[in-house]
Amino acid sequence: MDLLRFFTAGNVDDGKSTLIGRLLFDSDSISTDIIETLTKQSKTTGIDADIDLALLTDGLRAEREQGITIDVAYKYFSTEKRKFIIADTPGHTQYTRNMFTGASNADLAIILVDARNGITDQTKRHSIISSILGIPHVLVCINKMDLVNYDEAVFNRIESDYKEFAKPLNLNKISFLPASALAGDNVVKSSDKMPWFKGPSMMDFLETVEIIEDSEVKDSRFQVQYVIRPQTEELHDYRGYAGSVLSGSFKKGDAIQIFPSEIISEIDRMERNGVDVDEVNASEPIILHLKDNIDVSRGSTIVPVSQIPSTEKELHATICWMDNTSFKEGQKLLLQQNSFRTKAVLKEIESKIDIHSYTDLESDGTMNLNDFCNVRIKTAETVSFDSYRKNRKTGAFILINENTNSTVAAGVFA
Amino acid sequence: MKKLNYLDELEAEAIYIMREVAGQFDKPALLFSGGKDSICLVHLALKAFRPGKLPFPLVHVDTGHNSHEVIEFRDNLVAELGEKLIVRKVEDTIKERNLVDGKGKFPSRNGLQTYTLLDVISEFEFDACIGGARRDEEKARAKERIFSVRDEFGQWDPKKQRPELWNIYNGKVDKGENVRVFPISNWTELDIWNYIKRENIQLPSIYFTHSRECVLTDAGQLMATNEFLTLDETDVIVTRNVRYRTVGDMTCTAAVESEAYTVDEIIAELKNSKISERGATRMDDRVSEAAMEDRKKGGYF
Repeated sequence: MDLLRFFTAGNVDDGKSTLIGRLLFDSDSISTDIIETLTKQSKTTGIDADIDLALLTDGLRAEREQGITIDVAYKYFSTEKRKFIIADTPGHTQYTRNMFTGASNADLAIILVDARNGITDQTKRHSIISSILGIPHVLVCINKMDLVNYDEAVFNRIESDYKEFAKPLNLNKISFLPASALAGDNVVKSSDKMPWFKGPSMMDFLETVEIIEDSEVKDSRFQVQYVIRPQTEELHDYRGYAGSVLSGSFKKGDAIQIFPSEIISEIDRMERNGVDVDEVNASEPIILHLKDNIDVSRGSTIVPVSQIPSTEKELHATICWMDNTSFKEGQKLLLQQNSFRTKAVLKEIESKIDIHSYTDLESDGTMNLNDFCNVRIKTAETVSFDSYRKNRKTGAFILINENTNSTVAAGVFA
Repeated sequence: MKKLNYLDELEAEAIYIMREVAGQFDKPALLFSGGKDSICLVHLALKAFRPGKLPFPLVHVDTGHNSHEVIEFRDNLVAELGEKLIVRKVEDTIKERNLVDGKGKFPSRNGLQTYTLLDVISEFEFDACIGGARRDEEKARAKERIFSVRDEFGQWDPKKQRPELWNIYNGKVDKGENVRVFPISNWTELDIWNYIKRENIQLPSIYFTHSRECVLTDAGQLMATNEFLTLDETDVIVTRNVRYRTVGDMTCTAAVESEAYTVDEIIAELKNSKISERGATRMDDRVSEAAMEDRKKGGYF
């Protein structure tokens, strides 16, 4: 059994939380005591349906009061085929950064469109963010079909509108599904009200959609998180580099190069779960030992000598500004890429991305909360990285305000 | 390339997070309650750091209302591992700070343990505390980051959470602040049990069925009779085969009726259970809809 991480984007008005509630409810993933509590609450909020499924995901008092999702909520369910992690992300423009947060890890995006309204600015924004984040698969769920008499023509029109809009985006796979989350049509069970739709229900889709994995051509990358040195009598010379394989695979005896030091060495030994192994693969946590006793520390990147990453101190990236305080020139920042951290300065805002049309606008030098910009960053130490399009693990980073410690931006290397 | 099995993926994520803690903080600690979740945390920590020592001590905030099986289990485990354990007692905090102990039939120290926790954090200047909270437990927890920054009063501010993207964790804090880290955020109760089974992890005996004398509460829950409860002749005392789904204070954690004697039987039981873990066992969450959110804002883990 494997694990699928997906996020849902859309407004409460699009029925997003209702959809998630429906997935959980109809897949028997909600306990009776929680349903009881919800039934009570639904009565106090005065919503017509017996149970207001949105109350399942809006976990903060402020959210319940305002009836909107402010921050990401994670929900879990599993079927016989898969375990699922849902990041329920907010739809409102002012919470774009929270949506970006919930979406960053996802294998799949579910973008909700209200059948009555068709594609809106919000649909575009969510799709463009999915494109920037390189989400492997997008499911466009055309919801509230019950309010348009389950009309096939409405569905077809929205599908073709979306395809037209998505042409310039970097979305690899797009699927379409007509549904009514409120009525439960095509969510867990296929609907008899839309016989014209031949595709699977959302649950069937989720259970069977292929999770696009690191392609085989992907270069192998390992980064050191922590150096293990027991310094006991029997393990006097033990020096192991603990970390996870970020991508690709490594074999015992591989000739490797360490960055940023650029020293060359060889893999002497690899441990996984306390056992020596000859080969390790992407995502596995391991301890690596090198032939030579050399300078390797937290944040060092280790790669096969034949698969060298880009190494730069001047980097081009697309970032989303996430701080309430706007960007100020000369601000002291830290750039963190997995476990690697270095001082950084944002040298130039090259252009601002219009998040509703995906066009570059001339920069006016400002950058505010939820702005997407193409920027040039200068770092103190050399960063070893790959373009995000090639490698989601080594192409992503965050910027930290050195003074306030806040995460002020998240970005992907060009 | 094959995708990892889901338990491998959850394990890998937890180990990655623990190693980030070791790499980013000067004085981390692992909060250990003796419950299944924190026992799994210790197991994961061993996987992350052996053959080295754990880069953090285990810290137990002892409410004094624990079952003796759990305390014995804790002491045996620590002795076997040769790791450091720090115990601080709520009892002592009550004396030192002149606090009022829990009252009533089921005198809870749930609120009081936050004082002890914050005291032990400042005593040892811990800058990170690893905890076994899971997002599926409760809806406020579902909103919390894996690296959850707390101010110098230990408070969680849900409106000021740092964006947390990919697997990049920002644990930078000023002196006096700390980060609560939840490596098994993405695990469900069933994942924990499947992992316990796969890894053959030992647990305190109270997780498995046993005969116990209990008082039947008005809400229909079974509370083991013990010296901390104030019972009178109106209470209905019954003897049932029970087990615990969570380990917590004997004053606010109920047992559930069960015949499950093995991990396999527990897994089968959970798959059929219609009641959530906290719903079945905790009295403390029932106070109000935002009980957990409020406790976290007050410094609770």
